[in-house]
Amino acid sequence: MSDHQNFLHGLIEKHQTQLLADWLACLTRGSASGAGAHRDDDRSEQAKRFIDQLRMGVRHGQLSDISASDWTPMRELLEDISRSQASEGISSTQTATFVFSFKEPLFELLRRNIQNDTDCLARETWSATRLLDQLGLFTIECYQRTREELIGRQQQELLELSTPVVQLWDGILALPLIGTLDSARTQIVMESLLERIVTSGAEIAIIDITGVPTVDTLVAQHLIKTISAARLMGADCILSGIRPQIAQTIVHLGLELNVISKATMADALRLALHRTRKTIVSRAAAPAQEA
Amino acid sequence: MGEIPILKIRDCLLVSIQVDMHDRLALALQDDLTQRIVEDRARGVMIDISALEIVDSFIGRMLNNIAAMSRVLDAVTVVVGMRPAVAITLVELGLTLTGVRTALNVDRGLEMIRGIIDRDEREDDRRDG
Amino acid sequence: MIVETDDTMPVRTSDDVVRVRQAVRARAVAVGFSLVDQTKIITAASEIARNTVDYGGGGTARIETLRNGQRRGVRLTFADQGPGIADLKLAMTDGYTSGHGLGLGLSGAKRLVNEFDVTSAPGQGTIVTLARWK
Repeated sequence: MSDHQNFLHGLIEKHQTQLLADWLACLTRGSASGAGAHRDDDRSEQAKRFIDQLRMGVRHGQLSDISASDWTPMRELLEDISRSQASEGISSTQTATFVFSFKEPLFELLRRNIQNDTDCLARETWSATRLLDQLGLFTIECYQRTREELIGRQQQELLELSTPVVQLWDGILALPLIGTLDSARTQIVMESLLERIVTSGAEIAIIDITGVPTVDTLVAQHLIKTISAARLMGADCILSGIRPQIAQTIVHLGLELNVISKATMADALRLALHRTRKTIVSRAAAPAQEA
Repeated sequence: MGEIPILKIRDCLLVSIQVDMHDRLALALQDDLTQRIVEDRARGVMIDISALEIVDSFIGRMLNNIAAMSRVLDAVTVVVGMRPAVAITLVELGLTLTGVRTALNVDRGLEMIRGIIDRDEREDDRRDG
Repeated sequence: MIVETDDTMPVRTSDDVVRVRQAVRARAVAVGFSLVDQTKIITAASEIARNTVDYGGGGTARIETLRNGQRRGVRLTFADQGPGIADLKLAMTDGYTSGHGLGLGLSGAKRLVNEFDVTSAPGQGTIVTLARWK
């Protein structure tokens, strides 16, 4: 058993340089032309590190389970490679192919060094292929995870961008809601609105729902939460953009919004100005110019 | 006297809660406030919770008690400086501060108290007049 | 799922409640919770810890930080040998109180976390488990 264990390790150690050269030749053959010198450098660097880590990983004969501690540095290397390739937009196939393509030079090496024992060759080839399969699949997993994280971050940014809070006047904020209001969105909305209330010292927040397609019980709950939170902090809210259909739905569903609602933002602003003890006056017409 | 200082600003009392409150402190505060409202003939009580990262139902009860007690003594209670994270959590918790008015900060709180006192005095004048 | 840290502390006095809050905050910050999520779990911990002191005759609080793949979380277990809760369903409804005041305890705390479990029966004490994930 220990013969078998150290066989692969000894082999890789002895022929490392050759393996690397063969593999790089393989990769260059298989890749699209014009990848650029930068890519080539990266790739030979990655290939070299891969072979190093492979040698380290098989050192104690752990060929069947890559989640074992011997394989931690290799897993970290593969995560690194997958992550950077995922954010560059390189496909997961290419990333996995990088690993699978190592089979070619490795099997060639095995074949050259196990001349007379077909059983041994079959065994070694089989454990090598299983190992590389696991490593290749691992890179695909990492890749997927990275893409999901990226999408998650983009969604978050989109969410934040779509809930702007504007200051209409001293002490008066407006929050034009666009799109559906689910619980994730409500959290973000509440946080931005409340932070803004603190920083701008607002007394009134006008929540405009012209851009909210439907107001059902759930959406109403989210609105109520937002309004309650603002009130707890000492600011009051006015709802605006209530379309006739929305008004009907609210009554029909028996929803108690418990907040003053106006049809338009202009009406809401007028009320808010009044509440904050401000008046708008027209200036007298300018006197006729002297000739 | 408890460990929480009570300041007097004109006819208002200002309490700034800075520390993690435990029972003894909360009870001491309620007692001290009651006494001071009477002694100083305060018309308003302002509780500044801007340093509180957590407001649970215990603190909520304390605030409600203070509001109820000062109402009996004809004083207005305003809680100021609630942090956004606290407001969001309280709404989720379902905690309502009954009889407790809130304002964004001490300035607004004082304005609010002033406004209420003036309005009440006008009411009284009208009724007597 | 891996348990990364596991600490237990006594919850017998109202000073202990303050300590529980501080300990939970430390773990929540270490796990990387947002400010609002920190506030929620600490508030929930405070509610249940007070119950343990006020109604449970004192007990223990166990604070664990967990890792499940990429996700990290905090799990709290409050246990006491007190009189137990007679009617669990009733205790979980909003507005229920067995003492003075707001009595939001269980139902309110439940809304602040992702996972919530209560095991209790008269004469058998109470165990409340809460968990919040990042």
